[in-house]
Amino acid sequence: MNAREEILNRLRTALGPAPTAPRVPREYRVDDALDGPARIDLLVDRLVDYKAEVTRCRPDEVAASVATALAGVTRLVAPAETPESWLSAYPGKVVTDGPQPLSVAELDGAGAVLTGCAVAIAETGTIVLDGGPAQGRRALTLVPDHHVCVVTSDQVAGGVPAGLRRLTPTRPLTFISGPSATSDIELNRVEGVHGPRRLHVIVVEPG
Amino acid sequence: MTLPHGTGHLAGSRPFPAAAHVELGKPQLRANLHKATHTIRNKRARVVEELPDWEQLRLAGSAIKANVMARLPELLVEFEAAATAAGAVVHWARDAAEACEVVTRLVRETGTDEVVKVKSMATQEIELNQALERAGISATETDLAELIVQLADDEPSHILVPAIHYNRSQIRDIFTERMGDAPAGLTDEPRVLAEAARLHLRRKFLSSKVAISGANFAIAETGTLVVLESEGNGRMCLTLPETLISVVGVEKLLPSFSDLEVFLQLLPRSSTGERMNPYTSTWTGVTAGDGPQNVHIVLVDNGRSATLADEVGRQALHCIRCSACLNVCPVYERVGGHAYQSVYPGPIGAILSPQMTGIEANKTLPFASTLCGACYDVCPVRINIPEVLVHLRQAAVDSRRDKPSAERTAMKAMAWVMGDRRRYARALRAARRGTVPLERVLRRRTVRHLPWPMSAWTASRDAPLPAPESFRDWWRRTR
Repeated sequence: MNAREEILNRLRTALGPAPTAPRVPREYRVDDALDGPARIDLLVDRLVDYKAEVTRCRPDEVAASVATALAGVTRLVAPAETPESWLSAYPGKVVTDGPQPLSVAELDGAGAVLTGCAVAIAETGTIVLDGGPAQGRRALTLVPDHHVCVVTSDQVAGGVPAGLRRLTPTRPLTFISGPSATSDIELNRVEGVHGPRRLHVIVVEPG
Repeated sequence: MTLPHGTGHLAGSRPFPAAAHVELGKPQLRANLHKATHTIRNKRARVVEELPDWEQLRLAGSAIKANVMARLPELLVEFEAAATAAGAVVHWARDAAEACEVVTRLVRETGTDEVVKVKSMATQEIELNQALERAGISATETDLAELIVQLADDEPSHILVPAIHYNRSQIRDIFTERMGDAPAGLTDEPRVLAEAARLHLRRKFLSSKVAISGANFAIAETGTLVVLESEGNGRMCLTLPETLISVVGVEKLLPSFSDLEVFLQLLPRSSTGERMNPYTSTWTGVTAGDGPQNVHIVLVDNGRSATLADEVGRQALHCIRCSACLNVCPVYERVGGHAYQSVYPGPIGAILSPQMTGIEANKTLPFASTLCGACYDVCPVRINIPEVLVHLRQAAVDSRRDKPSAERTAMKAMAWVMGDRRRYARALRAARRGTVPLERVLRRRTVRHLPWPMSAWTASRDAPLPAPESFRDWWRRTR
């Protein structure tokens, strides 16, 4: 018998002839109780608490906010399909990923990366990337040491269940909650290990 | 059909009390553990308090896991089909040795002799690093705590923070002596130590061809794997190499993606005491142009089916490895993880290891507890650890019923004495007469040291001397 058959047989033996699967009670909070502005306030509060930098702006201020967030950055990585309106005030060089993918060395040599996101979760201060428009492949937001992420108000969900329900499970997802950190030394959180040590979130509020 | 037990790093050579005795003699260890466990349990309490529906989430988490166990064979088949359709290759391993063989073969096929690893309990359990080393493949642990332990040539002592037994200055010393490229004049500032690890590993990350990971969850419906982490070392390993091999215990399944809405709330708050860990990655087979293009998944039994066969004990398989039970355990806080001699220490280890190995190999672990129940209270999936401990204590005693024991001989003698009223009264009077001189000398009604075998009792408590008068004698006298 091969390993697969044997393991499945063992598990069936272990369970006996009639295992009963209990019903799952789902009485936890699922819907967003907070309205849009309150959600954004909560998201900002949680992002700041976990040491992300945050800029709040109106839709017509995105380019200026991006330029300010990228002050001092001379080489910026951006995924294909990054809206031109985000980059119009940035004076440095923009290196676009695609159609030829950038090498790891090129990513490592960039001062920052600019992306959008798929969903943000207010209650946990999380942004979720799914490789969709203006997000690119996963390496883009990993290798550069500074990640600037534009979040629009319609992308902000209140809690984890509401956030997950907006996602497509089979896309490669990255949930980001603050900059890279570790709690491995005496269980205290220290920001900055392997992922980007600076996370700057630009929250675009309705105009 | 008998269900084989697990192998690998699940049991040690010494009984728990002997191993604990050694650890208790290390004052620095106790100070480090006290500080770390109290820090984390306070952080956990604060973020759990924030959620008004924490108990509802626990109930859902517990039921989802019970549901998974009851449907495990069909869910595994479903997972395999979905992952395969998405471009992953699924392998199965009956035990630790077979899992190591599969992984070693897969690494060899890539032609490399270097791999980077994301912290994973399953690979610790099957002793994968040692197997790879025997095959001439060097494996680098990339989680900061795992790196510390690996550099120190030590063993992990905690599920979440394997280097919890070291404080910052000890970590500085390990880096300075063993890291090779440690910066000169390294201080014990945690930020500086983290920076040293970043520099040490960065070249490796950017050039590695093969990575090995575990998984926190495996989604049956979609064939998706999920890894939660903090540092970004996980993302490095899961994203940059060409080949990714993930070793996953069969109990890690969840029926559907929507179940993550429960576990992504329970796990971070219970483990690191954060609302959400910095990074969570999910991947489903292969994504063209993004991440590893060769994706392997090794599903491991290694004693899990044997554990599943025990109707009381199978709830230990619900464990999501958060380690909240370690952080609140009065026994763990004093002895640390090494005393348990298994990759799974603490309260959960005391019920998981003996079931995976069979009670014979771990018969003292179910007694490594005061049954205070703090572990049950904090468990995000409501594993009734005290209940399983008591159940396994019975199994431990049952396993040696046919062998002679001092306790059983004493109990038989007591049964004979107490089986007859007059015989019992005579024995009591004789005992009293015999101990009166002792009481005069000691000037107390208790004895602190008795000779063997009664020393087993007086090692941790005083033995009372017989009362001056029995109840029956008193009754007769005063009636």
